[in-house]
Amino acid sequence: MAERPEDLNLPNAVITRIIKEALPDGVNISKEARSAISRAASVFVLYATSCANNFAMKGKRKTLNAGDVLSAMEEMEFQRFISPLKEALDAYRREQKGKKEASEQKKKDKDKRTDSEEQDKIREDDNDEDDERMEEEEQNEEEEVDN
Amino acid sequence: MADGFGCKEKCSDQRLVSLPLSRIRVIMKSSPEVSSINQEALVLTAKATELFVQYLATYSYKHGSGKEKKALIYSDLSNTAEESETFQFLADILPKKILASKYLKMLKEEKGEGDEEEDEEEEEGEDEDEDDESEDEEAES
Repeated sequence: MAERPEDLNLPNAVITRIIKEALPDGVNISKEARSAISRAASVFVLYATSCANNFAMKGKRKTLNAGDVLSAMEEMEFQRFISPLKEALDAYRREQKGKKEASEQKKKDKDKRTDSEEQDKIREDDNDEDDERMEEEEQNEEEEVDN
Repeated sequence: MADGFGCKEKCSDQRLVSLPLSRIRVIMKSSPEVSSINQEALVLTAKATELFVQYLATYSYKHGSGKEKKALIYSDLSNTAEESETFQFLADILPKKILASKYLKMLKEEKGEGDEEEDEEEEEGEDEDEDDESEDEEAES
């Protein structure tokens, strides 16, 4: 999948932003230091993946799951990450649940529309756009009634 | 859909992870033994990577040399990799920098010592054997 070596790099702009947010204001980060941290981050991903995969294999599972990643952090001596990671996982699950409910609601609203392309778009689009579309739809309906 | 972030504009300030999940997945999948990764594991790994970047940066800055100058430089990071046990796994990709002249000198010294000892022993052994054989031949004739 990763054809070129640069595919294994993380975007510099994002890495730089994360570093800047972590350090006190006005600290200068040398270019070499940035690229070193970026490389370190890629290696961290690989190391974490390999550790997590060991836990999955022990459990005779083929798919890495959240528990495997958390166990990996413990094994790698990054216990300090575990509680923020658990919080992030909870937030992610809440978000997914919210999305699911929202999309089910929309499905009900748009039962009339059988166009499958439209359905796919709804899932990907953000809420603002969906709201707009719903407004449009309402308007259309009103027009239809008027006619 | 599989890559997660449907909401690009509305939740950008409170997004869970800022690193691109697709790229994290490519890196994870580059490991040959990994067959599949569920979405939660992917999100957690991305988040962990962010925490790691923060931790590595702050740790290196705190223990580094550039505090007065308000700067984070490469040697701060290579020092961290060498001295901290948790960051030990980075030692190979964040090696300490040394001058080429120093390195060549080190190589020469190492090689010089090793070679001399081995060569002397081997030569001595071979010489003795040859001598013995030639003596035997002479005796027979």
